[in-house]
This record gives sequence, C-alpha cells and structure tokens, in this order.
Amino acid sequence: MARLNVNPTRMELTKLKKRLMTARRGHKLLKDKRDELMKRFIEIIKENQKLRLKLENMATDASKSFVMAGALTSQESLAEALSYPSCKVDVQVSDRNIMGVTVPEFSYSIKEGSSEPYSYGFLNTSSELDSAVFKMHNMLSVLLELAGVEKAAQLLAVEIEHTRRRVNALEYIMIPQLEETIKYITMKMEENERGNITRLMKVKDMVLEKK
Amino acid sequence: MKIGVLGDNENVIGYRALGFDVVSCDTKEAAEQGLKKLAEECAVIFVIEETSLLIQDAIAQYHQQKIPAVILIPGGNGSTGIGMKALNLQVEKAVGSNILEDKDND
Repeated sequence: MARLNVNPTRMELTKLKKRLMTARRGHKLLKDKRDELMKRFIEIIKENQKLRLKLENMATDASKSFVMAGALTSQESLAEALSYPSCKVDVQVSDRNIMGVTVPEFSYSIKEGSSEPYSYGFLNTSSELDSAVFKMHNMLSVLLELAGVEKAAQLLAVEIEHTRRRVNALEYIMIPQLEETIKYITMKMEENERGNITRLMKVKDMVLEKK
Repeated sequence: MKIGVLGDNENVIGYRALGFDVVSCDTKEAAEQGLKKLAEECAVIFVIEETSLLIQDAIAQYHQQKIPAVILIPGGNGSTGIGMKALNLQVEKAVGSNILEDKDND
C-alpha cells in the first residue's frame, strides 16, 4: 500500500494520527449505517416481492378482461365508453425518512367522481367490460402501495451501494494508507534520533581524544 | 399529483377507467417523449413491461429521484418477468448477490 506523500515531521504525525482516529470512527459509523440499511432493505424488498406477485396476477387478469371486452364490443365504442372516467384519482406525496433516505409515500383520494366505477351507458357495452372495470378498480390500492414500496426499495438500493462503497474505501484504502504513513514517519524519526545519538558519541570521543 | 400510464394502446386502455393519465405509444421515440411528458406532472408512472424494454435507459434515470416512481406492470399477455427481473437487479445492486432467488428454491 502506497503511503501518503508527506514530510516526516512531528507535526505531520499528530495530524495524521488525528485523521486516522476520525477515519476509524467514520468507518464504524458507516458500517453500522450499512447494516441497518440492509436490514430495512430486506424487509422492504420482501414486501415488494409479495406485492408485485399479487399485482402481476391482478393486472394480467384485468388486462385479459379488457381484451375480452374489446373483442365483444368494437374498439371505437370501447374507447368511447372509457373516454370520460367516472372518477379522477389524485395522489398525495408525503415524505418518510428511512435512515436518512427520504422516501415518498403515496396516498390517493378519489375526487369529483361518483363511487360508481362505471361511467358509461349500458347500451353499447357488454357485461365483460363491467367486470373488467371492476377488476381495475380493485387493483387501485395495490398499484399505489406497490409504487411506494418499490420506489423505497430503489432509493434504498442506491443509498446502500453508496454507503458500501464508502465503507470499503475507508477500510481498504484510507485507513491502511494512514497507518502506513504513520509507521513510516515514526520509523524515520526514530532513525533520526539514533543518528543523532551516534553523532554525539562520536563528537564526544573526538573531544576526549584532543584533550 | 396525477398518475400516468405508458404503454401500447391495447394494454393501457383499461387504466383510462381509473382516471389515470394515459399515453399510448408504439415506437421508441414516442415512448421516450411520453415518459418525459408524464414525468413532469405525475407522481407515479406505470409502464407496461413490453414498452419498458424500449426505453430502459430513460427509465433508469428516474431510479435515483424521489419523484416520479416508475413502476413496471404486466400487459394482457401475462407477466413477462421483466418487472421481477428489475426487482432482482435492485437486490443484486444493494446486497451484492441475489437473496430473493434463494428463497424461491427453498
């Protein structure tokens, strides 16, 4: 491991020792953060998987119903029937904090609509369309729940990746580098000290000889 | 805020019944433009899996943002597994190995 390019002085040594202490503390904190993030992430991702399986079944089912409805009525009247929905869904976004990661939470309200999901006359449409629309409405809450959970998982994944990178950088680069440099400076200074002592002894001998 | 849906015409028409903002598209260019437009005013965008294949890069850029949440949903042909694959990719990114898959084998 390469050591830092510094002068081997006492001042540098104190500075480096301080930096090493900070690095060690930061490393410990980040490691704790990473572990906790991971714990939360695994909880969320499991929830995410469950919801996704549920949604995929529901969505496939609903889409199939629509294909069915489309086959029984003409595309035009299908489009016409759905062109003016009975309700408008409005999403509110609120923030939630997971270990310093801001994660959005979605809640929805249905506004300016009747509770009745069917927004069309029954003359040109089939009962298949009714059941398809009904399935769609049932899916709404799952859709939004999944949206929140999946977004949380995405954001956490990014944060975990960053944290892990920082932990590794500290552990394998920063800290060894600092340790190596500190060792180098200590050795250099001890060497200087020994050199100094030998010189003094030599001078003493020379002085004694002259007398 | 609103909810958007992006996909081919046949698959997205149902979401109109929920009062979502629906953009139907067939080509890559149209899909990219549609996504961009939806991203401006929607909190959540649902993308049909087949369509998402065309615009993977464009979708990936929203992963780091808080809003909008881009979520893949299957179309009428059933789930293609793309949505699950995307989920597994997130796990791999965070954990380093895929822990969900092990669970399936149990």
